[in-house]
Amino acid sequence: MPLRETAPKLPPEQYERNFADIAPRMTRGQAVVEAARCLYCFDAPCTLACPTRIDVPAFIKKILTGNLRGSARVILEANILGESCGRVCPTEALCEGACVMHEKGEQAIEIGRLQRYAVDYVLDNNIHLFHAGASNGKRVACIGSGPASLACAAELAKWGYAVAIFDRNEIPGGLNTYGIAAYKTRAADSLREVELVRQLGVEIRQKTEVGRGISFAEIEKQFDAIFIGVGLGETWTLGLPGEDLYGVYGAMEFIEQTKVKAFQDVEVGRRVACIGAGNTAIDVVTAARRLGAEMVYLIYRRSEQEMPAFKYEYELAKNDGVVFLWQTQPVRVLGREAAVTGLECVRTKLGAPDARGRRSPVPVPDSEFTVEVDMVVSAVGQGPVTDFLRVVQGIELRKDGTVVINDRHQTGNPKYFAAGDCANGGKEVVDAVAEGMAAARGLDAWLGSPRDRLKPQMNTDKQRQI
Amino acid sequence: MADLRVKFCGLESPNPFWLASGPPANTAGQVMRAFDAGWGGAVWKTIGEPIVNTTSRYGAIDLNGVKVMGFNNIELISDRPVEDNLREIYEVKKRYPKHLVVASLMVESKRESWHEMVRRAEDAGSDALELNFGCPHGMSERGMGSAVGQVPEYTEMITAWVKEAARTPVIVKLTPNVTDIARIAAAAEKGGADAVSLINTINSLMGLDLDTFAPRPVVRGKSSHGGYCGPAVKPIALHLVSSVAKKVRIPISGIGGVGYWNDAAEHIALGAATVQVCTAVMHYGFRIVEDMVDGLSQYMDDHGFRSIEDFRGRALPNVLDWGDLDLNYKIIAEINSDLCIGCQLCYVACEDGAHQCIAPHSAAGNGKRNVNGKGVHVPRIIEEECVGCNLCALVCPVENCITMKEVETGLPPMSWNDRMRQLAAGHGRALPPTPGEH
Ligand SMILES: Cc1cc2nc3c(=O)[nH]c(=O)nc-3n(C[C@H](O)[C@H](O)[C@H](O)COP(=O)(O)OP(=O)(O)OC[C@H]3O[C@@H](n4cnc5c(N)ncnc54)[C@H](O)[C@@H]3O)c2cc1C
Ligand SMILES: Cc1cc2nc3c(=O)[nH]c(=O)nc-3n(C[C@H](O)[C@H](O)[C@H](O)COP(=O)(O)O)c2cc1C
Ligand code: SF4
Ligand code: SF4
Ligand code: SF4
Repeated sequence: MPLRETAPKLPPEQYERNFADIAPRMTRGQAVVEAARCLYCFDAPCTLACPTRIDVPAFIKKILTGNLRGSARVILEANILGESCGRVCPTEALCEGACVMHEKGEQAIEIGRLQRYAVDYVLDNNIHLFHAGASNGKRVACIGSGPASLACAAELAKWGYAVAIFDRNEIPGGLNTYGIAAYKTRAADSLREVELVRQLGVEIRQKTEVGRGISFAEIEKQFDAIFIGVGLGETWTLGLPGEDLYGVYGAMEFIEQTKVKAFQDVEVGRRVACIGAGNTAIDVVTAARRLGAEMVYLIYRRSEQEMPAFKYEYELAKNDGVVFLWQTQPVRVLGREAAVTGLECVRTKLGAPDARGRRSPVPVPDSEFTVEVDMVVSAVGQGPVTDFLRVVQGIELRKDGTVVINDRHQTGNPKYFAAGDCANGGKEVVDAVAEGMAAARGLDAWLGSPRDRLKPQMNTDKQRQI
Repeated sequence: MADLRVKFCGLESPNPFWLASGPPANTAGQVMRAFDAGWGGAVWKTIGEPIVNTTSRYGAIDLNGVKVMGFNNIELISDRPVEDNLREIYEVKKRYPKHLVVASLMVESKRESWHEMVRRAEDAGSDALELNFGCPHGMSERGMGSAVGQVPEYTEMITAWVKEAARTPVIVKLTPNVTDIARIAAAAEKGGADAVSLINTINSLMGLDLDTFAPRPVVRGKSSHGGYCGPAVKPIALHLVSSVAKKVRIPISGIGGVGYWNDAAEHIALGAATVQVCTAVMHYGFRIVEDMVDGLSQYMDDHGFRSIEDFRGRALPNVLDWGDLDLNYKIIAEINSDLCIGCQLCYVACEDGAHQCIAPHSAAGNGKRNVNGKGVHVPRIIEEECVGCNLCALVCPVENCITMKEVETGLPPMSWNDRMRQLAAGHGRALPPTPGEH
């Protein structure tokens, strides 16, 4: 079954240009000049703004002195996915957003790109910085191979645990491999970091769905503790008539294709509508444009001010020539011969602000209009995948499906710990890493570790500050 | 419009900016292009029996990506025959009669050799002679350059020999590689020198390649000490110029670390009548003189100086011995929290590197936020503790954010020397001078 009209194919090198790194790797010269701009702040606000508390001035200074191995060590000790984070972190909202340079009236230091520069050095040269700790005889299973699990597993392996990761996908990495815009990172980049974790002796078993391929009983028998890092699931459906027509996609389903297929093989309509205005919606519309779609609409019930996407993500979509239909609500997907031909929408008016201060949209009577498209993508958020945990005694799920945990990331069943999107409801890679590491510390304490690792490692200067 | 013309030993130079003896003043082609670009004079690359140079021969210090903060060389004097150099001086003078060409000379320490060289250089039409008693490497081992300039008696003697033959002004170029440069300057003056120029380069070793342990500049894995110059040496040059200016009555040509008009103005305010430039030209070319001329005239106009003489040596009376500084003058640091960006460099500098007089940003903070709503960590000066060393103001990356404000001590000015005199006369108490001070 084909789309009614597909986007014209582009020459292969055009796809590569369209999906080229938006923050390309720095040359040594660029890195040194940028690193030299860093003031080497004390108790640096950039570090405080990083969920994994990477000692930013320390790693930047090491780039300046040519000690790239040491620089990468500072980064990876705090965040084993430091390379990915350098590429994919919303740095404007995190470290770079807090950089003192803003107050100085200058460009913030390009922390993310410097971070990637340093870690690339050890990855390119296959330098092994970390080793598995001497075995403590304890075994831990991690469910899911996304950032949360990888970070948790790496910590545990360094401390001497035998760790096995179970993941239902073909290849590891979770959304870091399958979900993030291709112009930020490619699947192969994510896999380089998975290797870092594997090098610590962590066993990674793909195509193994826990609860189906392997039972909880079996896992509980084999392992002393279990970490849950299953992330979120499929995109919510729109609940509109016509949603079963061919050409209606979930955001994840569409984006995943751009990560695992050759760009010219990804199916995309000549005209595309994406519903939603979060960061995922931005990834959808930019991908559609870069794949060659001629008209791409972003459809949002509220106004520009309420848009949840980060500002610079919005800018990206604007620069890609996406058309924004604000205060527009879809009412039905239109089709002919089972394929999408358009989207019927109504205009909305913004009413009183809701609990989060966002004005709620009210449809305007008799304002229906039709947008002619060949493809409709829903980007209204991901649903949970935690249902399979209901069989585990003690684990509690919230209404939205997130796993309830205490401050040590322990669930209602003491043997189970959880972190990442499945517990926080969906944040960023760097949050999943920070939480996965925190869960490792909680788990270590619960298993009776003689070392107190509950507090994150910090240098004395910082302790003095806190 | 300020008049930049200067008189130096009776010679008129269109402006005080001269090329120093070195690679930029190696050939007639270069010197003529330099004059076209606006240089007032040129001291020719030192002429003597031709030598053979090494490759490589230059080294540089970069600081955090900024190139050539300091420069060094292990180059010797001109590698071209004496006749070629002299013929080219003749040609340049013929075409640029209003610009000054100074022949820099170095010959073996024999009276006849010096007489011979002086005669030849003057016959070629050079306006003045500069005696290179400063070169710290290569030539000194052969009994020339700084081997002469480090010994007052030799300096005086050879200057006197040259004066026996010279009809044009004789400038003695001084080496900084001595304990008391003013003594050498005085010896030159005594030998009859019409002027001195300083500084020549400073003995240095630029660093190592830490894989091969080859020093820089590398000559087949080895190196030798060389002469240091460029921006890094200006403070040393300024100190030495001022101490020579206080000692001798003959004019001074200031050299060392001049790259901008303000560097030149500093040399002049400390007593130099002209300035010479080498490294900055080697880095950026002759064109830099345009802003030197423009910037200096602008500065002079702004300050109402009509000629260089109007401010030459103005700063000299302010350069005192430490013992004459006022110990009852007190300043303390003040942070402008509107300008503060929250880097806390002042805090860590004072806490670890000075006198523990700044309190770090507190958890509560002062509520300052940046454009993204993130907290700005403004530290606080503990005024009662501040000793006024001004380290914080030096490290603060924001201009005018930390200023040093004067506090009234209510005490009359008093220097260490005043105090010693008072004590000797039976007045005053022993230290500490004021209660509570430490
Ligand atoms: C489109 C999109 C774009 C994004 N862009 C960015 C970005 O630019 N920057 C950023 O920082 N973050 C971004 N994110 C968010 C980021 O990808 C996630 O926050 C992060 O990957 C969460 O990590 P996780 O380990 O919690 O879960 P995931 O990465 O989702 O990994 C969970 C893994 O568990 C597996 N799994 C689930 N159930 C089972 C089971 N029963 N048995 C075995 N395995 C199972 C899944 O298949 C998956 O591999 C984006 C997310 C999306 C959806
Ligand atoms: C490569 C090089 C060669 C030099 N050669 C001479 C020379 O032949 N004769 C001389 O008197 N001084 C020589 N100097 C010293 C300069 O004239 C000048 O005194 C010194 O470089 C300080 O000035 P600057 O800081 O502007 O470079 C040389 C300097 C350099 C860098
Ligand atoms: S805040 Fe900016 S300048 Fe300061 S340490 Fe961090 S990156 Fe460097
Ligand atoms: S991990 Fe992300 S937030 Fe943290 S310092 Fe690196 S780029 Fe910034
Ligand atoms: S050094 Fe200057 S900008 Fe930085 S915290 Fe101190 S006062 Fe503020």
